[in-house]
Amino acid sequence: MAVVTLTIDDKPVSARAGESVLAAAREAGIRIPTLCHLDGVSEAAACRLCLVQVEGRGRLQAACVTETAEGMIVRTQTDTLREYRRMILELLFTEGNHVCAVCVANGNCELQSLAAEQGMDHVRYPYLNPARTVDVSHKQYAIDHNRCILCTRCVRTCDEIEGAHTWDVAGRGTLSHIVADMGQPWGDSVTCTSCGKCVQACPTGALFRQGSTVAEMTRDREKLADLVTARRDKKWTV
Amino acid sequence: MDHDELQRIASVERAAAKPVEIRCCTSSGCRASGSAEVLKQLRSAVQAKGLSDRVTAVGVGCPGLCSAGPVVSTHPDGAIFGKVTADHAEGIVSTLSGESTNAVRIDPNQPFFAKQFRIVRATAGQIDPERIESYIAADGYAGLYQALQQRPDEIVADVTASGLRGRGGAGYPTGLKWATVAKMPPGQKYVICNGDEGDPGAFMDRSVMEDAPHQVLEGMAIAAYAVGANQGYVYVRAEYPLAIERLQAAIHQATKAGLLGGNIFQTPFEFKVEIRIGAGAFVCGEETALIASVQGLRGTPRPRPPYPAESGLWDRPTLINNVETFATIPAILRNGSDWFAGIGTGTSKGTKIFSLTGKVKNAGLVEVPMGTTLREVVEQLGGGTADGRAVKAVQTGGPSGGCIPADLLDTPIDYESLGKIGSIMGSGGMIVMDDTDRMPEVARFFMEFCADESCGKCVPCRVGTVQLHGLLTKLVEKRATRHDLDLLIELCHLVKDTSLCGLGQSAPNPVMSTLRYFAGEYEALLQPEEFARPPRRSTIPLTVV
Repeated sequence: MAVVTLTIDDKPVSARAGESVLAAAREAGIRIPTLCHLDGVSEAAACRLCLVQVEGRGRLQAACVTETAEGMIVRTQTDTLREYRRMILELLFTEGNHVCAVCVANGNCELQSLAAEQGMDHVRYPYLNPARTVDVSHKQYAIDHNRCILCTRCVRTCDEIEGAHTWDVAGRGTLSHIVADMGQPWGDSVTCTSCGKCVQACPTGALFRQGSTVAEMTRDREKLADLVTARRDKKWTV
Repeated sequence: MDHDELQRIASVERAAAKPVEIRCCTSSGCRASGSAEVLKQLRSAVQAKGLSDRVTAVGVGCPGLCSAGPVVSTHPDGAIFGKVTADHAEGIVSTLSGESTNAVRIDPNQPFFAKQFRIVRATAGQIDPERIESYIAADGYAGLYQALQQRPDEIVADVTASGLRGRGGAGYPTGLKWATVAKMPPGQKYVICNGDEGDPGAFMDRSVMEDAPHQVLEGMAIAAYAVGANQGYVYVRAEYPLAIERLQAAIHQATKAGLLGGNIFQTPFEFKVEIRIGAGAFVCGEETALIASVQGLRGTPRPRPPYPAESGLWDRPTLINNVETFATIPAILRNGSDWFAGIGTGTSKGTKIFSLTGKVKNAGLVEVPMGTTLREVVEQLGGGTADGRAVKAVQTGGPSGGCIPADLLDTPIDYESLGKIGSIMGSGGMIVMDDTDRMPEVARFFMEFCADESCGKCVPCRVGTVQLHGLLTKLVEKRATRHDLDLLIELCHLVKDTSLCGLGQSAPNPVMSTLRYFAGEYEALLQPEEFARPPRRSTIPLTVV
């Protein structure tokens, strides 16, 4: 197998040919923040938090979908990149109705942790306070659209790992929202297998198990990637 | 179909033509102001006056001067009449026998017509877009015949040598794109024609599809032969029903005539074309979103690479070009790449169609050689503003473009020059603004458009455009402070630098270009700061150049 060497943040790094900059950085212990990336499913390149600077390329590149190349020089932590990441997080906080104090995912939320990690300590833009709904029609789970950041991890997980494609996106722009089947209540979905993989995939408190209260919703995300590996390589981790 | 048959159709059509033709525009603009009834009345007037043996009234495509529609012209004398109503029909027919009419005469020698150089629109306003024979009589499909006498790589070389660049806006070299698709390993490949024209104020592609649907199909067929594709799709927005109708008819006629389908010009080359209708999303003009939409998926862009040339429709190599690009191809094949490369400037060859709108006297479609200055287009072809006020700015490139101030109107129209002054060639929208237009409001209009049309996939575009629109609203309503202006500029940089596709990346352009040239108008709207703010720590520049 071909291997390439590149430099990420002045550190020489090796990568398998075809591997993404994100994967190579992770393996080398360099942390690039991500939100829509989820191990085990395809990339959406939608959150734009993993943007990095690649020498010789005019545009910032999303590390999750940028292939490593021999001699590539990558910077993941410039002042501007850090500022852009904080701004993107600010935008996400203004878009939905994120109230950590009453959220099931408080303390276990990727959006919350990223804001803390990236130093996004206040929001300079007005909150949009959208009117969004909560769907508790499913027997075991619920979706609170107020907390959804439209990362589409649930959509990709349901489609690619479970194979049901219950979830998809409807609407446009800030009116985009996750729908079950053709837009009916989740509980009425004919395709949903109630497997709960989407609930494991969700980075925030948007998808949760009913009956969990503030800060009680924890996830077991590695299971998703483990399933993919198990199927592909016939290798089970237990 | 073979070459003799093509020539036979052309000569039968030419022989059947009457010595005098009264041509009435039947394209969308004139049709909306009643040209269908005008044509009907013209036909009955010809009949009533017993002139049927030497005069015929025909429906043609758009002659270009949309602000004077419905437009009727008589041939061979070349008289043009504007704002024609059904009542004028009889009078116009009478002019053929030297009588006068109260219909409004338009000077056929005015700069609007005289200064144009028509390649793509060569037949617009002259032939009946609904009959393939009419197109064939105007040398139609001769380019395809010529192409099939050459090897595919020779055609790619021809197109490369012509210097043609993509007319959709970005100006990517067409020959290079064709070569990339052609070099992909043989197998299933596709050709897609992007007819999802969506910029506010732009209607060049609509007109090309309505006026010369066969020319678009011929260009696509030549491209398909050159790159090794056998299936094409024309993606047209649903808001263009007449374009869809005429393309559908053209596909049917061309297939029946053996110019599409199998065994074209008795060669093994086969090519089928289908129409796909857009469902109202501006973002589907972006190539990867368009491809998703053709596949029946949600029309959202995906990151490139891989480019469609490598992996496009159903993951197969796909050539995707704009309507105007395809419609330029037959002329290049007929007249040679040297001829085409001789028109225009060093880096921008050929001609470009613009839809001239806004506060301009002659609104409509103009096709001019690259290198023509903006001033010539606005002041000479366009005739300046309708009410004589001063031109303040010209907006090119729609929501992705910028506002060019009046003192830069001597800039030649080519991809590089327009880019240098903070705008883009774009697909061809050209909106003229006078001294009553306020630039922050113009910027807000375009930002509202982008916020509405953002697909919602990536965060900076989905939320950033909404916040930008909010900040611009605050500014226009005189509620914003210096701090808000700083936020606005920072956010412009974010959305431009971090968005996933061209829609988001170019959405701040109208704001940035108006800030660059009309900063005073923004400053004048600012209110004093309510309280002292801590020093700014961001490294994002507060400049827009």
